[in-house]
Amino acid sequence: MEEFNSLMQGFSVALTFHNLLYMLVGILLGVLIGVLPGLGGANGVAILLPLTFTMPPTSAIIMLSCIYWGALFGGAITSILFNIPGEPWSVATTFDGHPMAKSGRAGEALTAAFTSSFVGALVAVIMITFLAPLVAKFSLKFGPPEFFAVQLLTFCSFVGLGKGHPAKTLTAMMIGFALAAVGLDSVTGTLRMTFGTSELLRGFNFLIAVIGLFGIGEILLTMEEGLAFKGVHARINPRVVWHTWKQLPKYWLTALRATLIGCWMGITPGGATPASFMSYGIAKRFSKTGEKFGTGEIEGVIAPETAAHAAGTSALLPMLTLGIPGSPTAAVLLGGLLIWGLQPGPLLFVEQKEFVWGLIASMYIGNVVGLIIVLTTVPWWAAILRVPFSIIAPVIIVICAIGAYTVNNAMMDVVLMLVFGVVGYLFKKLDYPLAPLVLALVLGDMAESSFRQSMLLSRGEVSIFWSNGLVGSICGLAMLMLFWPVISEILQRMRRGNNDLDAQRPVE
Amino acid sequence: MHDNDHSEDRRQHGDSAKKVEEERRQRGVYSERRQQRVPVKHDRRRHGISVKAIEITVAALMLALGLVVIFDSRRVGYGWADDGPQAGYFPFYIGLILCAASAWSLLRAAFSNRAASGVFVSRKKLRLVLSVFFPSLIYVIAIYFIGIYAASALFIGAFMYWHGRFPWIKIIPVSLIVPVSMFLLFELWFMVPLPKGPLEALAGY
Repeated sequence: MEEFNSLMQGFSVALTFHNLLYMLVGILLGVLIGVLPGLGGANGVAILLPLTFTMPPTSAIIMLSCIYWGALFGGAITSILFNIPGEPWSVATTFDGHPMAKSGRAGEALTAAFTSSFVGALVAVIMITFLAPLVAKFSLKFGPPEFFAVQLLTFCSFVGLGKGHPAKTLTAMMIGFALAAVGLDSVTGTLRMTFGTSELLRGFNFLIAVIGLFGIGEILLTMEEGLAFKGVHARINPRVVWHTWKQLPKYWLTALRATLIGCWMGITPGGATPASFMSYGIAKRFSKTGEKFGTGEIEGVIAPETAAHAAGTSALLPMLTLGIPGSPTAAVLLGGLLIWGLQPGPLLFVEQKEFVWGLIASMYIGNVVGLIIVLTTVPWWAAILRVPFSIIAPVIIVICAIGAYTVNNAMMDVVLMLVFGVVGYLFKKLDYPLAPLVLALVLGDMAESSFRQSMLLSRGEVSIFWSNGLVGSICGLAMLMLFWPVISEILQRMRRGNNDLDAQRPVE
Repeated sequence: MHDNDHSEDRRQHGDSAKKVEEERRQRGVYSERRQQRVPVKHDRRRHGISVKAIEITVAALMLALGLVVIFDSRRVGYGWADDGPQAGYFPFYIGLILCAASAWSLLRAAFSNRAASGVFVSRKKLRLVLSVFFPSLIYVIAIYFIGIYAASALFIGAFMYWHGRFPWIKIIPVSLIVPVSMFLLFELWFMVPLPKGPLEALAGY
């Protein structure tokens, strides 16, 4: 019941006029970001983060998290109408969503996508409401070794759950850690890897990396294909919405499975993309009409959308309770917390009650508002995609440059953004995953300090990481994840199963 | 999805250059955001830089970066001082893993044909990518000299002219509206100063 009271308090924070306005602005910007190529949840939030430095933290996080929900909704629009996944997690939505749209059922597909996203997010928020305080309470007992173990688990999960080759995942991750180490070491006061330049003193800001890797990199990739695309016109009227809603309850089991997969993949840093693919694959296997998947089955839209939204939302649970984000966008939000002077982690629930519960309450309202907005405004967003790319591309590059400049008011950062853009282009094309790089860059300092503190406690003995049952089992799980590619290879050789769906999954 | 890709390719190559050009003029340069590479084997029309070369170059660069990290961690000390671990203690191991992982990628790219085959980017696509990258680079350099607003206007205008083939009647308003609204948003509303040049100085900013 305690959670319920706190939640009600949170609603009183979130339901002020100002915060509702920020919410609306956030959702609208988010859908726009989700629809436009080259701008996604992570770098959209990164570009807007500097503008929130002067805002009260609660309003700022409400607006930024609403951008995230909006981007999650927006990805579905381009997948269904244009067969272009606006975000990696909506690739699976194109499989059945676009065929539906082509056969004149665009309104139905969009309604199903938005509604099931909403359901997935709602279940995930309810889970956060009741689970997060418990996790936070539990992790109050954590010492440095436990925190390092959880961080280790996070990073090992990328190797185990990610689609990229383990060597590439590890490389990307270590680049992130190495970049995080550049600059002044706050413990010993030593300068690391600055090579005598004053520009490197500040170190590498993760916001610049996110804007470059995801923004500029994506534009370069998009430019590569100089093709014209044709979209399907769509209009949603209340009759279509009502008609679709009437048939949705039939698929409750699919939605339930998708939500469970999504919540699980969101909490462990699997992320929304693998969750949507896994959910699609499982729905196909269990559905009575499984063989018709890919030709425009509504179930094939419900499954990935529910899972992606559930995963995207529950990615905030470990961020709030442990200070470990479950997705790149959550990582950027975490960076925001640090900038606003809030220490993420279990103490947040004790010291910043208003902030945490205001945010959780805003997730409920934000998703309701988001659903209404996207259902009513689809034609506008589709029209934006019809603006020629030769106008959109330079405008996005200009926005990225401004975003990069405003982080520290430094021109050096704009140049760095371009460098990261080239890196992002190369990495994306070579299937190096970007998510671990960003997460390592954000968490690098925290991981290092918990590692150092653990080493201080044990006087340099690594055995502290299996000194008690808790830390030992987390580390054991981490090792299982780390060696999962090898284990699954062996298992697969024994079984000879082949999953062709996995081959289409993008590397995040 | 793959079939679709191939047919798109064929269409592009089969069509006369004129038609493609016209299409581009009409719609601006559009794009299909496909992340996966299309496996193309022995297609003489699509030569360009091979995946293998790029894989090896990137892995070698990462290896070099790893060595830099190790080298620098050794410089600041990677051992144990009186008061605890030294500054290079953690980065040293990061550098080690980075070297190991990139060496693995390097060997895999060099010796496995399955891991690195095909064309990384065809000449045509590379030209398109560079036609975005170089203007962006010039844009960033221009910000130093004439400020971000004037540079943005020129950048958007040039982009629309070269890539979209828009008439001037459309280029001028679009390339002016964006910087002006940026100015209103940042300088006046959010009070965030952006880099300005001589043009803004004339106007008193």
